[in-house]
Amino acid sequence: MIKLKLLEIRNLKVYFNTEEGIVKALEDVNLEIDKGEILGLVGETGCGKSVTVLTVLRLLSNASTISGQVLFEGQDLLKLSEKEMLKIRGKEITMIFQEPMTSLNPVFTVGQQLMDVIQLHMNLDKKRALERAIEVLKLVKLPDPDYIVNKYPHELSGGMRQRVMIAMAISCEPKLIIADEPTTALDVTIQAQILGILKHLKEQLGVSILIITHNLGVVAQICDRVAVMYSGYVIETGTVAEIFQHAVHPYTRGLLKAIPPIEEKVERLNVIPGNVPNLITPPSGCRFHPRCERYKDGVCNAQAPSLRQLTETHTYMCYNPYLPEGVVEEVNV
Amino acid sequence: MRSFIIKRLLLLIPIFFGVSVLCFLILYFIPGVPAKIIAGEGATKEDIENIRVVFGLDKPLYVQYLRFLRGIFTGELRSIKSGESILKEIAPRYVGTIQLAFSSIIISSTLGILLGVLAAVYKNSWIDNLAMAFALIGASTPVFWLGLLLILVFAVYLKVLPSGGREGFKSIILPALTLGLPSSAIVARLTRASMLDALSQDYIRTALAYGIPKRKVIFKYALKNALIPVVTVIGLQFGFLLSGAVLTESVFGWPGVGRYIVDAVFSRDYVVIEVGILITAMTFVLVNTSVDLLYAVLDPRLRKG
Ligand SMILES: Nc1ncnc2c1ncn2[C@@H]1O[C@H](COP(=O)(O)OP(=O)(O)OP(=O)(O)O)[C@@H](O)[C@H]1O
Ligand SMILES: [Mg+2]
Repeated sequence: MIKLKLLEIRNLKVYFNTEEGIVKALEDVNLEIDKGEILGLVGETGCGKSVTVLTVLRLLSNASTISGQVLFEGQDLLKLSEKEMLKIRGKEITMIFQEPMTSLNPVFTVGQQLMDVIQLHMNLDKKRALERAIEVLKLVKLPDPDYIVNKYPHELSGGMRQRVMIAMAISCEPKLIIADEPTTALDVTIQAQILGILKHLKEQLGVSILIITHNLGVVAQICDRVAVMYSGYVIETGTVAEIFQHAVHPYTRGLLKAIPPIEEKVERLNVIPGNVPNLITPPSGCRFHPRCERYKDGVCNAQAPSLRQLTETHTYMCYNPYLPEGVVEEVNV
Repeated sequence: MRSFIIKRLLLLIPIFFGVSVLCFLILYFIPGVPAKIIAGEGATKEDIENIRVVFGLDKPLYVQYLRFLRGIFTGELRSIKSGESILKEIAPRYVGTIQLAFSSIIISSTLGILLGVLAAVYKNSWIDNLAMAFALIGASTPVFWLGLLLILVFAVYLKVLPSGGREGFKSIILPALTLGLPSSAIVARLTRASMLDALSQDYIRTALAYGIPKRKVIFKYALKNALIPVVTVIGLQFGFLLSGAVLTESVFGWPGVGRYIVDAVFSRDYVVIEVGILITAMTFVLVNTSVDLLYAVLDPRLRKG
């Protein structure tokens, strides 16, 4: 019997209809997350990281095309009804957003917001829900949770609010937490604390985490595996060791060369020569070919490369990768 | 929160004095010697002098003001025309005005908020277009014209509602609609804009990402935020209703403070005018203080005293 992955995204394609034309935001996204694993999703701005995770939760309201599969414990989320999705969101899969300052509702207390979610998904009465809210605030190491629970978001600092968001994310014992740049808006010391909490929660609760980041330093710090996205494709995935030591895709190598020092706050990663491709009229073939140092005319610009596998965990999409010496065979997936 | 409420209530005292001085002075400074006006045409010099003494108009200004203040609290102030105590005359009319104003505020806020929310949630659909067409027409309809139209339809043709007077619940419906409908149009437009803004905020995305059902997201998470500016405008609308009431009261023969003051203007009953304006102005101040308190209930960021 094949072991079921927690989340498997297969050939995900998402287009938007806009006035300028059809935005081909995702073309062929393939991802997997195992139970109890932290996966980092990296890539330049606009490559489709947020669209990918918003599609998983079916939170995009204006996409004109969504095709492929999003298998969560073997069940295709793209085929569920809106009502069935309500039971997935906030319960099975939860999300942490980039902006702790604006992600919480300013006119309700922290406790009210946590309890709404807890009562909705856990079938607890008010008193039990409050206890649970205080319990999860403790889990994210907020000092004095009995006091915080009655506070409004504007009375808390950015780092504290992000902890409240994490508390909300774990409040209903989810199987997967998606964190979309959870630390980008925070300063470096707070960032380290938040990452520490996420890693700790993974170990303590066995929850899987998909973390989106611009910062490869963050990946090295807490991830088990990495997926690298470029312009609507996941172009390489592997364990942290595989990606950091034996990346085969020229784009991944370019990203790694450009890792900024960890103490620097990184807003946007944009360091490889050339521009992020236009998504309305993207380059033919491999979308990276105009910027690629190993470009082969007539091959790379003809057709998009298919998904290839190097090891059990290492996959890539490239016609001319940096293969380790001795490796010639390529297995198409 | 407690100290915020106390502060707001204490603030009412200086406001009351300010408003009362203004009411008193405005009439004092308008052209024409009050005594001459009271005495009427063809009065002799002695007549006028008599009146000055009787009404205390010969005393210094501050004495007159203090007498005016005392008169308000003791109910001693009398109408020049009827000789009756003004407070006695104004009390039933005040009740009438307040009934009318509150009925129309209820119509204007429920209808306005409902239409605004619907228009925002179904943005750019026919529901939105219809609601906003109503808002445009409503906001530009003159009160007296709307009043006559409603009388024509409901009193003359359909004969389901009385065309005027003040007998029972039925008779308040038309005047309240006349006042409330144009004001609901303004509330609807503001609610729509404010609701659209709230719905586009990050915290709405958070609520949806956590499986909160859409209806609850709209009516709890977005609406409470969207109502903050709306509540202010509803408070200001109350002023419009108080002044608009003069016309409505005339069209529907509704006995209220507005008409009482207008009658006093025609008969130069300046004490009645002073008291009438003071009471109306203080009502407006009280309503807006309540609005400020409601504001703090809605928005925790404003509760700092
Ligand atoms: N609702 C939408 N309608 C139209 N285009 C969209 C929509 N959402 C995203 N896009 C487009 O899809 C592309 C991918 O956007 P996405 O937000 O996923 O990027 P990202 O990888 O998360 O970038 P960042 O690092 O800046 O967050 C962008 O070009 C964006 O303009
Ligand atoms: Mg993003």
